[in-house]
Amino acid sequence: MRNEIKLEFDAISVNEAFARVAVAAFVTPLNPTIEELADVKTAVSEAVTNAVIHGYDGMEGKVTLHCTLQDKRLHIEVRDAGKGIENVEQAMEPLFTTRPELDRSGMGFSFMEAFMDRLVVESTPGEGTLVMMEKDFAKTACQTDEEE
Amino acid sequence: MEERFHIIDNYLMIRMPEEIDHHQASALSERADGYILREKIQHIVFDFEDTRFMDSSGVGVVMGRYKKIACFGGRVYAVNADRQIQRIIRVSGLKKVLHVVEEGRNAQ
Repeated sequence: MRNEIKLEFDAISVNEAFARVAVAAFVTPLNPTIEELADVKTAVSEAVTNAVIHGYDGMEGKVTLHCTLQDKRLHIEVRDAGKGIENVEQAMEPLFTTRPELDRSGMGFSFMEAFMDRLVVESTPGEGTLVMMEKDFAKTACQTDEEE
Repeated sequence: MEERFHIIDNYLMIRMPEEIDHHQASALSERADGYILREKIQHIVFDFEDTRFMDSSGVGVVMGRYKKIACFGGRVYAVNADRQIQRIIRVSGLKKVLHVVEEGRNAQ
């Protein structure tokens, strides 16, 4: 099956829950396992939190969440037009954080990497950040009647 | 929210919320730090009984509180963590400092 959603919302922390619940609802037709669902929710939560905290840093702005479902593959894009990341490679290192005073663990990108199958981050300082993630479902899950 | 915090001897028991993300984390940390400052807290027990979701912000909450009590020999414990929470604890490396007590709903 193929399906697509695109959502745009304010970069405020209350929308972190909204975004992950929206994606969880979006993948329901795939009959995901509890674990797969938790993986996707966590990864989306991390990406949106990054946009809110780091991308916009309390400033007003919009986050777009673009999800595509193609057969059993979920593709997620989280985009912000915030300040961008100077050094993406460094930002993706486990435990690296620019905001230790906020109790940030520095595990955001590590979680996205651990819980999704693919992760690509593109960023331009001053222009914003695009996080692209993919997950293949039903690698372990029970087969369903909805399969083509 | 106040009833989520209990003090037993020198232990601070925190009943964690249903969802622990960035939105929830700062209020939780601030309240916990208030208790750590005011009371004679040595150890902290995080109770995940109600928790169904936690991301890296929750890891930050636990690590941040641990750093506040570690210099006085304090320890942090997790109780009632379900499989998903235990997975977050494992993947994050939090297990190095957080003692996961296996009992309650996971023991059966």
